[in-house]
Amino acid sequence: MALIKDGKQVSDQWLTADADTPVQPDIPTIVPFARFIAERDSLLRSQAEIGVKLSPGDDVAALAGDLDRLKVIAVDFPAFTDGRAYSYARLLRQRYGYRGEIRATGNVLRDQYLFMLRAGIDAFEVTDKTQISSWIDALEEFSHYYQKASDAAQPVWAKRHTTVAAAE
Amino acid sequence: MYRYDEFDATLVRERVSQFRGQVARRVAGELTEDEFKPLRLMNGLYLQIHAYMLRVAIPYGTFDARQMRKLAHIARVYDKGYGHFTTRQNIQFNWIKLDETPDILDELADVEMHAIQTSGNCIRNTTADPYAGAAVDEVEDPRAWAEIIRQWSSFHPEFSFLPRKFKIAVTGATHDRAAVRVHDIGLIAKKNEAGEIGFEVMVGGGQGRTPMIAKTIRDFVPRDHLLSYLEAVLRVYNMLGRRDNKYKARIKILVHEVGVEEIRSLVEAEWEAMQKETSVDLPTAERDRIASYFSAPAFEVLADTDRGFEARRFEDRDFAAWVRSNVKPHRQTGYAIVDISLKPTGGIPGDITADQMDTVADIADAFAVGSEIRATYQQNLVLPHVKLSDLPAVYDRLKAAELATGNIGLAGDIIACPGLDYCNLANARSIPIAQRISERFADLNRQFDIGPLEIKISGCINACGHHHVGHIGILGVDRKGEEHYQLTLGGRADEAAAIGRITGPGFSYDGIIDAVETVVETYLAIRANPEERFIDTLDRVGQDPFKERLYGAKAA
Repeated sequence: MALIKDGKQVSDQWLTADADTPVQPDIPTIVPFARFIAERDSLLRSQAEIGVKLSPGDDVAALAGDLDRLKVIAVDFPAFTDGRAYSYARLLRQRYGYRGEIRATGNVLRDQYLFMLRAGIDAFEVTDKTQISSWIDALEEFSHYYQKASDAAQPVWAKRHTTVAAAE
Repeated sequence: MYRYDEFDATLVRERVSQFRGQVARRVAGELTEDEFKPLRLMNGLYLQIHAYMLRVAIPYGTFDARQMRKLAHIARVYDKGYGHFTTRQNIQFNWIKLDETPDILDELADVEMHAIQTSGNCIRNTTADPYAGAAVDEVEDPRAWAEIIRQWSSFHPEFSFLPRKFKIAVTGATHDRAAVRVHDIGLIAKKNEAGEIGFEVMVGGGQGRTPMIAKTIRDFVPRDHLLSYLEAVLRVYNMLGRRDNKYKARIKILVHEVGVEEIRSLVEAEWEAMQKETSVDLPTAERDRIASYFSAPAFEVLADTDRGFEARRFEDRDFAAWVRSNVKPHRQTGYAIVDISLKPTGGIPGDITADQMDTVADIADAFAVGSEIRATYQQNLVLPHVKLSDLPAVYDRLKAAELATGNIGLAGDIIACPGLDYCNLANARSIPIAQRISERFADLNRQFDIGPLEIKISGCINACGHHHVGHIGILGVDRKGEEHYQLTLGGRADEAAAIGRITGPGFSYDGIIDAVETVVETYLAIRANPEERFIDTLDRVGQDPFKERLYGAKAA
């Protein structure tokens, strides 16, 4: 697996644990949502940095109180056609003010890259053979967006009236 | 009508380039068909029985002569010389080559058209009242709002991979010509007591294998908050809609399983929370900018009648009959709304040749204010603003192009899906059924005697031919390898929307035509008076008299 962040391949410091992988001190570890809920207190007391992996159907609101303790939230796409994580990412960014890393995992493809970025996802776990350069190209495919989302992009409707105001 | 500015134009061009790249990657083998399929579907490209089918969006059914000519050109150059208007105010081309689609999309972009989100599990083309801006009973023009929704929903980063497709329809009139109650979201623009504009929001309507009438979740959403309210509904659906079974994935199933009260409270909570966040609602300046494209055209001040028109109506019975069925009152004195039937006797509902498209474009240029044309979900066309004095000339030109069939709203005005002749999903043919019923009722005098009657035919349970909401509905099924047709009665898609009920055992390919005639003859025999419409008689007497005639006394 490779990790793309800020348009570059970066090294991944995080270990993804399953339901019963022991959490070791000093190894940043991403645990499944259900495990986080069950072992919250001990996980947050541990010496390791903790991240949480949300799968479709998990209750993102249950993390709201702990977000400042979580460096990474992975949102999983078991298939790219399952779009629930787009809503989770927007809620994390826009409702709960989460500023840490939101990482897309699973069936993560360049054709959804832009949608994911706009929804607030900023790290992408992709297969090793992924051509990072073609991902960067995907960002250039659109120069305007019609609607507001979790990113800082000005929507078309704002640009329109800025242009008009400037012209006047 | 709306005109693209540099931003709209750039976005549509960029979408074409993106798709050109995707097609190239598919042709080069970098994308598998499985990976390519959802990408092409987001651009309206289906793989059907014989070829690719491209569905081109006609946002809220509004277009003009220039665009119609381009559609004619595409039909000639890239298809077999014709196109097919659909039940969602779109047009389909059925004989398309994959490697030519990027060029077609570029040609469409030349006239501010596209195929964006005409399929796929995303927010589809928003539909609206085809008489918008012309209807006598209009409270608020739905087109500006449909355009606002089009822009908001295009390439939406959160709602492009929904559990299933999502259709929104808008009307702003008292009579529902947009079938809003059988859409995932139906919007009815209205005025509150303070005279402010807002929307009644209905959710969970739909047809398909589980037909449902939409339920109101909010009686009045102020217009300035429409987009955030829609975003709240979509978010609730995106997170909670079923994804385990494609046939239970539409929002109507969620509403049915969770209950409308629960959906309402989830949406309201989501909407309230959104108010504290960066708003997706449009600022007034942008709303006004979009609305300005739909302000009333410069109508002439005319008398409420025209001598030439009246004389022709008096002298020419065919013209008078056409006026009676295909011409509707206009809000502007001296003007009329002209319906163009795409249902000639024995024809394929919704089909139109490239030459006919050019003729409609020429007529629109010559006689329709703003060269405007509309497409209807009944698979017909409309010239929304025509002077009464021009009606004879419009009729003559339509007639010369075989486009003056005077059967709007009558037995010959049949909705039918493409069926087994084209579609991968179909179990039975629908087009030949429509053709044979239309031939059986070819006599226009008989159609006038029967009065308003909506016959709708689907070739499979997915119900693209709207059979659930036909006064007479026909559903083609496969029974042990043979085409078989179920008959339903009493459906309607208007403000009194209802799902039709099955009469009993189905009929053979030949038997269904007789069955329809039996139903019609029964109605003629038992109606209280000639003014009582078929649907009213059925309401009054129920299905029993019809069943008795269809199946014999004991069946009733």
